[in-house]
Amino acid sequence: MEHADAQQHPISIYLKIWILLFVLSTFSYMVDYLEFHGYLRWFLIILFMLLKAGFIVAIFMHMKWERLALMYTILLPPLCLLVLIGLMAIEGDYTFLLRAMFFGQESVAPFEH
Amino acid sequence: MSDNSQIDSQGAVAVQAGWQHIVDDWSADKQVFHVPWGKAMMWIFLVSDTFIFTCFLTGYMTVRMSTTVPWPIPSEVFALFIGGVNIPLVLIAIMTFILITSSGTMAMAVNFAYRRDRVKTGVLMLVTAAFGVSFVGMQAFEWTKLIVEEGVRPWGNPMGAAQFGSSFFMITGFHGLHVSIGVIYLTIVALKVLRGDYDRKGNYEIVEIAGLYWHFVDLVWVFIFAFFYLW
Repeated sequence: MEHADAQQHPISIYLKIWILLFVLSTFSYMVDYLEFHGYLRWFLIILFMLLKAGFIVAIFMHMKWERLALMYTILLPPLCLLVLIGLMAIEGDYTFLLRAMFFGQESVAPFEH
Repeated sequence: MSDNSQIDSQGAVAVQAGWQHIVDDWSADKQVFHVPWGKAMMWIFLVSDTFIFTCFLTGYMTVRMSTTVPWPIPSEVFALFIGGVNIPLVLIAIMTFILITSSGTMAMAVNFAYRRDRVKTGVLMLVTAAFGVSFVGMQAFEWTKLIVEEGVRPWGNPMGAAQFGSSFFMITGFHGLHVSIGVIYLTIVALKVLRGDYDRKGNYEIVEIAGLYWHFVDLVWVFIFAFFYLW
């Protein structure tokens, strides 16, 4: 089949991405090992996560070489999930505030670290 | 397939067209995705699975944000005592590397499948499945340690917020189930490859489709690692 032949890539590209994923995973792990905190931690965690996810989808799953019609059908719908995540983050904050108000600060304080 | 050869000859024109290309594919009143149907369906399934895992992770985020009791610190909970020192998250790091390695061997298997290399494809898939088994084995070890030694239960634990257990068992359990199913799937396909089934049929599409599933399992782990273990 013509399609199958169109998908041939040199082995070296897989090896390079493989090494890159190893390096990025090591970086993610170092974020925890070196005890980064606050916004820097979040920024690094999400940066490495998105880079890894991107390389897996684009190269290992061959999305980079697919036609645009398939690419958009697969990659756009998950963006809706950002709305869910945003809404639930607001909801989570609100629930936390209510709990702090009604259960009182003493249930929060003793566990603070 | 005569359909495909026709598409391929248009391919060069279509790539430069962008949106025009998408409109052409969707409005041509014929097959939209010019890939084998099994591959298109696997992609659609993976999108639905993405939604399931995102719902789990979002649920986890919500309970973690809304609890007034401190969340157990994953870096300490998942530390292992090796050679006299406590190394944070070390088992999880090893599991991550194993899963990435298995994704690498799977990508190579798919590549050899395009080249119709029966033995290399089959062997690499079996290697991938073996990495998968070791991943599940480590997860079983992690669960046992957490349940027996740390006393984590779905309804509570001694370290802090009660929701820790339920989130952890649900998310990693569902992922572990995916890995286990993947191992079975890959093993069956690998044995069929080695037996020569796909040489007789004349196509190795199924290897690429199985590969998509396996890479997705790795992809989900990337998100679980970031949001559950590193948060």
